Order: sequence, then C-alpha cells, then structure tokens
Amino acid sequence: MALPAGIARVGAYLPRLRLPRGRIAEAIGWANPQARAQASGARAVCNWDEDALTLAVEAARRCLEDHDRGAIGSLTLASTTLPFADHDNAALVCGALDLAQATRTSNLGSSLRAGADALVDAARQGEACSLVIAADARCARPASSQELAFGHGAAAFLMTSDVGAAIAVVDGSAHVTADFVDHYRMAGEPFDYALEERWVREEAYAKLVPGAIGRALESAGVKAEGIRHLVMPCPQAIAKRIAASSGLASARITDNLHANCGETGTAHPLLMLALALESAAAGERLMVVGFGQGVTAFVVTVQPAIDRKRPKTVTTALARAVEEQSYVRYLSHAGLLDLDFGMRAERDNRTAQSAAWRKHRDVTAFVGGRCAACGTVQYPKAHVCVNPDCRKTDTQVEYRLADSMGRVKSFTEDWQAYSPRPPYIYGNVEFEEGGNLLMEFTDLEPGEIAVNAPVRFVFRIKDVDRMRGFQRYFWKATRV
Amino acid sequence: MASGIRDKVAIIGMGCSKFGERWDAGPDDLMLEAATEAFRDAGIERDAIGAAWLGVFFDEQSTGKSALPLSVALRLPNIPVTRVENLCATGTEALRGAVYAVAAGACDFALAMGVEKLKDTGYSGLPERTKGTFEDLYLPASTAPGAFAQLASAYAARHGLSIEELRKAMAHVSWKSHENGSRNPKAHLRNRITEQQVLDAPMIAYPLGVYDCCGVSDGAACAIVTTPDIARSLGKREVVTVKALQLAPSNGVEMGHRSWDGSYTLTTRIAAERAYKEAGIRRPREEIDLIEVHDCFSITELVVMEDLGLSDPGRAPHDIRDGRYDRDGAIPCQIDGGLKCFGHPIGASGLRMAYEIYLQLLGRAGERQLSAPALGLTHNLGGIPNRNVTSVALFGLHST
Repeated sequence: MALPAGIARVGAYLPRLRLPRGRIAEAIGWANPQARAQASGARAVCNWDEDALTLAVEAARRCLEDHDRGAIGSLTLASTTLPFADHDNAALVCGALDLAQATRTSNLGSSLRAGADALVDAARQGEACSLVIAADARCARPASSQELAFGHGAAAFLMTSDVGAAIAVVDGSAHVTADFVDHYRMAGEPFDYALEERWVREEAYAKLVPGAIGRALESAGVKAEGIRHLVMPCPQAIAKRIAASSGLASARITDNLHANCGETGTAHPLLMLALALESAAAGERLMVVGFGQGVTAFVVTVQPAIDRKRPKTVTTALARAVEEQSYVRYLSHAGLLDLDFGMRAERDNRTAQSAAWRKHRDVTAFVGGRCAACGTVQYPKAHVCVNPDCRKTDTQVEYRLADSMGRVKSFTEDWQAYSPRPPYIYGNVEFEEGGNLLMEFTDLEPGEIAVNAPVRFVFRIKDVDRMRGFQRYFWKATRV
Repeated sequence: MASGIRDKVAIIGMGCSKFGERWDAGPDDLMLEAATEAFRDAGIERDAIGAAWLGVFFDEQSTGKSALPLSVALRLPNIPVTRVENLCATGTEALRGAVYAVAAGACDFALAMGVEKLKDTGYSGLPERTKGTFEDLYLPASTAPGAFAQLASAYAARHGLSIEELRKAMAHVSWKSHENGSRNPKAHLRNRITEQQVLDAPMIAYPLGVYDCCGVSDGAACAIVTTPDIARSLGKREVVTVKALQLAPSNGVEMGHRSWDGSYTLTTRIAAERAYKEAGIRRPREEIDLIEVHDCFSITELVVMEDLGLSDPGRAPHDIRDGRYDRDGAIPCQIDGGLKCFGHPIGASGLRMAYEIYLQLLGRAGERQLSAPALGLTHNLGGIPNRNVTSVALFGLHST
C-alpha cells in the first residue's frame, strides 16, 4: 500500500572538484600508513564557495528544472553540515529556488539518517507537492580515515500526492532508534570522532539493519524476494552481508559511489536511490536504508511514469569532474589551513542586513527587471529603465535570471584581487534575454574562459565576513 | 543659449609636487608644495583667493573629508572651500569648480587643488573601496587592473585581434610613457624600459602585466584661475585659457544594457564630442597639438585614442605602433610620462595633466618641450569601464 505521496522528480548534484585519494595518501601517508592501501578513486569536494547549502540549491534546481515553483507547499532540508546553526538555512534555499513565501520550511539534522527520514516523512504526509533535499559537505580531520571516505554532495526529491503520476512510490517503512555511537560530533566541533569499524559492522549493521528491513517489508506487504535493489550507504562487503542475512540475496547492490564521489552523509541514501532510479525498471522494488543512531528502511516501487522522463542527474554529476591538483588548496578551502592571502584579504565584508532584506529578491532569487514598455531585461531591477532609448519610470516587472543563459563579453583573471582560489575571475556577462552584468565566475581554471563562451548561473558563497561570523551568497557565472 | 566656458577663464598659476612614493610627506606637505609653486607663478598673494576647491578621492585614507584639509594646510583666510570627489576625474572636477566660480563672477581668483596620499595603505596597488550596501552584495570585489583588463578581451574580440597582437600595441603605449617619464624630474617612474620587458612582466590581471599598469603615487597639483581681463591687468599678455571643460558620467547603460559591448568607453565619446563643440574644434586630429589621457592602464589609453576620435575604429593598435602618439609623432600623448610614469595620485591627476599642458603651451617644459603647441587636451576616466565619470578639457593660448 503506497504512502500518500510518491516521487515525482529527482535531482542530484556533486561539486565539480575531485580530490584523488592517491593525492591525500601522498600528503598524509607518513602519518597514516594505512591510507596508501585506500588510495584508489577520488572524492567529490567543494570549491571554496560551495557548502551544504549551495549543494542543496543545485540539486534542487536539477530536480525541479521548469516545474512550477509556486506549487511547492513545503521544503525540508536534511543535513548535518549546514552553515547556520540559527538562521533558517532552508529559507535561504527557498529564496534561491524562488519558491513562494508561503512555503513551509524545516531543517532536519543531527543524524546521517536525516535524509532518509525526510523523504519518508514527506511520503507519509502526502502534501500535494513538497520538496525534500539532503546535502552534506562534511569536514574530515587530515590523515583520518574519514578524509579518504567522505564526499560532498546533495540529492533532491520532489514529492507529489498525485501518486499515479509519480515515477516511484514509497510502499512502507520502518525505523529503529538506537543511541549507537558509531561516530559523533559535538556542536561547534569541526570533526567527527569515529569508533572502530569492526564493532560498528558487527553490532550495528549486522544486528540492527536486518530487523528494520524485515519490518519495512512487512509494512509494505512485500516479500524479501520481491526486492530487486538494495540501496544502502556502506562498504559493498557489508551491504552484501546484510542482503544475505535479510533474504535479499538476489537483490542488486546499488553502487555506493565510493570510486568517484565518496560518502555524502545525509545525502547518501538519497543520492544512491537517485542512481538506482536511473536504471530500475517499472515495477521493480528497491529497499533503501538510512543509517545513523538507528535505521530508517523503506521500500520504493518504480512506476511506469519513469519511462517518460528517466532521471540521469547522478551520472551527469559524476561525469562533470575536474581533478583538484593540490591537497594544500583543498585543506585551505575546507578551512583547515590558514594561509596568508595578504592584506587584501582583510577587506571588511560586513553585510548591511537591512539592505540585504530590502534586496533579497534581487540577491537571493536573482530576480531582475523586465521593462513592460520596451521589453528590456536588466539587473538590478530599477525604477527607471536602463535602455537609453526608453528610460521610462516604474515600468519594470520582476524577471528571474537564475535559470537564464549568458554569454561572456569580457573577462579577466585577476591575480591582484583577493580570492581563496586565485586568480579571481570575473567579467561582463550578457543574458540571453538582454541585459549585462559584471559578474564573478566560478568553477574555472585559468585559461578556461573566453569571450563569447556560453555561461549559466549558480548560487554560491560570495563573501565571508570573518569579523562577524557571517557569509553571504550570490549568483556566479560558470561554463556550460 | 549657453555659450560655454571657452576663453572666459585664464589659468595664471600652476604648481605640482614631485610625484612618487612620498614616504617623507603627508597630504598637507604635498598640497603646500604644489600651492607654493602656483602662487609664485601667478604672482598673487594667498589672501587674494576668493574661493577654493579641493579634490580628494580616498577621503578616509589619510587626507580626510571636507574643506578642512586644504584650509588648514594653507592656513587660508576662512574663504569658502568646497571638497569635491568624482573618482579619477576628481582633480578636473576641482578645476571645474574654480573655473565656473570665476566665470560666474563670484570671485576674482579661485584655486583648485587635487591631492592624494596613497602610500600609507601598507600594500601595493590601490586600496579597495566599498561600492555601497546593495552593490557589495552582487558586484565582484574587482580591482582596478581587473576592471580595465575587461577592455582588452572585449576589444580583441570586437576587432578580431589576438590578445598577443593587442599586447604588442599595449607594450608600445607603456614603452613610450617610460621614455617620456625619463625626461621629467617630477615623475614617479623615470626608468626606461623595452617593449619586451612589458610583454614579459608578471601578470597582474590578464592580459595586463605589471608594466601595463600605472604607478600608485602620492602627489598634489594646483591651479589658480582668474578672468583674462584680470590676467591682463597683472601684466600677462599671452595666457592659457580654458577652451572646454566637459564631464560625462555613466547612467547605467554600460553596466546594464546590451548596447555596450565592453570594448570602448562610452562616456569618453560623449564628453569629447561636447568638448570639441564647446571649444569650436571641427578637426581634432589636425587642431590638437598634444594630449594627456587617462592611461591608468595601457589598454585604456589604446581604446581612448579611438573614443576621442583621434584614431579610426579598430586602428588604434596600428597608429600606436606606428608612433603617432610618441613624442615625435603627430599627436604626442603623455609627454610628461602620464599616469603610467608621472604617477596617479588620484585626486591630483586631472590637475597634473592640466599642469603639463600649461607648461607646454607656455614653452616652459624644459627637456621635453614640444615645438610651439597651441592646443592641448586632458582626459580623465574615473571608475571602471562599466561605470565611470569622464572629463575632457581643452586648454589653449589666448592673447589678452
């Protein structure tokens, strides 16, 4: 019996940078000799201007595409690494996605299970249209085994109560709550403290997960043999053992994305589910397991609608990869190495919050103006039209530019300006609908940009105010 | 119908401090240095000045806001002093205030002072300025070289040039200014360089290398103006008069409208057209004898040659490499070294340019004196190509 809301759309996002594990091992192998044995593949890691919040926005944009934003009634953001402890992270995501102000937002965290829980909750609640995003960008202590294991990423699921139109439905779920401290992180601490993996394997995975799977099957009214895919974020060997002990021996073990991404925390069960949905056939059933101080297990049944629009965003995100050439630069981006960037880095980035609120549509939602008299699109929206042949007053209506395309008119790679990832690259961008803006570029190496190159826009950290512990976000241009 | 400023005001005294990294001097010292020379030149007493204008850009840097820095430094007799700021056109804006006051008959003698003390920041390059509470939220924290480097990529794209070809012409611009600066004892940078050195220099903001960028300097420049009639009563027969003084600020078109392609400075075109009209100039290429333009970066000077109508569109690189703007070319440009080598203490720069034109017209330029020039042009571009305040002024000889 399907829960009242099913999955309408799926989106995934990984940061572009991949830090090869071999590069980590090369740097820290002297301190952690075991690292050399785990040095295959690469981790997805954030650029300096990415965090769990910007990953969430990108995953949601890939999920929503042209879907009516006004129809979304609620947004749940699951993460253990959101930038603000108090200041609604989901509200910022809501603004960047241009969702309605009437949207109800909630933030779920404090366990890696939060992503799976958010999806099951939304399925149970059965709202007409709701958005679930799980995103994490966990920081690992240099030379720890987490440093090799973790990846950064996000997944977003649009849920619909129109179950007939869903690409997949949730058929049943079960929970185990157990204060099993396989790892923990005190509030305000940068790193996890992780316990012995063998203990976690034997006492938690082996003992807690099969029970949850059994009850989820029962709740869904499905036999173990009916499950074709096991989606469980853990090492493949453990997943195989769980499958065997839970009667799912014939199920395919969904790839845990270790090779080219790493373990993305709250996002991981959802990211793996998104991957499984790229190939699962209509009618197939998946067992999805979220783990963290207990277990959340649920059964997903793929619907015929999936063949109309097969999600491929995980594969796309995996393919869009650029190797991070410097371990030291990765440490610097992660805030783990305090480099001297010179006096220009001392710039005071105080945000006038009153101005930021006044202009939140412009800045967070990247909404410009379109002159109703002459049709000129412009940023920012102003009282008087910028077109020299128009200049009419109060003719502009809101025009969102975030999902537009642009073209580079000019650029520079500035080695004098402060950037956490020099050079600071910026230039004039013309929007496809007209209008020009001098913008920062991101996710570019020197020599990668050229005049006339097409660009799209991404929501990123713009400036960090170290004095007041705040960071602000804006849109940047990046190569298509 | 307004008749314009042409020949209504004469410059009877000018002064300019030594430009450079003046670790020895604060803004008050620099202003006094320039003013002392200007008063001696004008042959009038300090108390004859009826009103003064002070141009400073980075007010918080060291000089301070308001009338006070100038009034106090020169111990002026409590006359009106107006502090003005219009980005890199600040010096010319100060002159504009003084010139208009005299033209209006508000006073017999007015003084314009521009000053900037940059070398107290602790680092090289210009200090960063905030752009405003809203604009800081979306505009890049660009530097001056990065903002002007945009001109290069857009110009190359528009005219189908490779960046390498364009950089060769830019290298000639800087080479020429170093040649000229080497003959100027007041210039900040007096070393001669080769074009190859320009091309090989470390990159600051692609494609601008360190030799494509002007000096960051301390300095002050000063002008004393009056009417031609009063100048005559002081025994001055051949004076320098203001032929045109135009200012054109952007209104947002370059930053926000697709009609601007980023390859030129729109406001220079507008200010130049108005200035030529005000001065009664029909053929600028034949009539203008020398120019001092806002060569904050080599690429700025290059595109401005076209924007002033002195080179045909797309021909500036050729004309530059052909020596048209060298000291022995058809229209010598930056004969004093320009911003590039004389230096760029922002508030002083417009007045420094006028100072060189003034010396050249009166035949007082010493080793770098040109042969009997009669009309000179100054040009400032304050801000960035996307949004700026541009001034174009013309100065010529006038018999009283």
